[in-house]
Amino acid sequence: MNNDNLSTTFQAVADPTRRIILARLAQGEATVQELARPLPMSQPAVSKHLKVLERAGLIERRREAQRIWCRLQARPLRDVAVWATEFQQYWNESFERLDALLEKEKARSGDDKRH
Amino acid sequence: MKVSQSTAKPAVITTPNDTEIRIVRTFEAPRDLVFRAYTDAKLLSQWMGPRKYKMTIEQMDVRPGGRWHFTHIDTDGTKYGFHGEFREIVRPERIVQTWNFEGMPGESLQTALFQEHNGRTTVTSIVKFERKEHRDGMLASGMESGMNEGYDRLDELLRTMH
Repeated sequence: MNNDNLSTTFQAVADPTRRIILARLAQGEATVQELARPLPMSQPAVSKHLKVLERAGLIERRREAQRIWCRLQARPLRDVAVWATEFQQYWNESFERLDALLEKEKARSGDDKRH
Repeated sequence: MKVSQSTAKPAVITTPNDTEIRIVRTFEAPRDLVFRAYTDAKLLSQWMGPRKYKMTIEQMDVRPGGRWHFTHIDTDGTKYGFHGEFREIVRPERIVQTWNFEGMPGESLQTALFQEHNGRTTVTSIVKFERKEHRDGMLASGMESGMNEGYDRLDELLRTMH
């Protein structure tokens, strides 16, 4: 996975409004008007968020019958999920290795006397 | 002699405010030794990162203003580089260093505090980002155990996509 793509995805999902939009689109395609309705902001403001999501490859927009429809592109989110899981595991696995190393070093230095 | 076989307790990861991540973990060893494991390149390369990665330490100049740089190499050859500068070294209590994950936005400042109680050492790492969005990027989908509302939404979203 390309790190540049990941950081674009991260920046796109760091905003709560954009996460609301993504959550709505996870339920199915929607028009820009439908997406804007529950949000406390103007339609142009929503369109700006949609542009960010589109640039990040998270949504696709198409025009049909005078309306713009948006659809979720889940692939980058899956990549983030895979990466984030790995990140969490990174520290836990590191610390488990450190546990083992500390036991070894304690035995070597005779620090076990204190137990 | 009491030796725990595998404590295997997960680190406690929280977000105390908008720009920080706090990671707390306790080790069954005295503070001097844990501090050494964090600052001696020969020891650090034996535990930092998942087992499957090969780790190389290009630079590890442990003093204020000294640079550090290491690389993880995945089994497929992919390299993940990290680098930064040590800002403060107080043996065996405290390490302050800047931290960059090459390819990710935002430098963070990491403070590691080492506290000893009855021969066990608790390491508290506070990772401070310049901007909330950089921290949120790091946390984007699961690093923090008690997730806030926004991330619950992202979680839900990810669940719907299997």
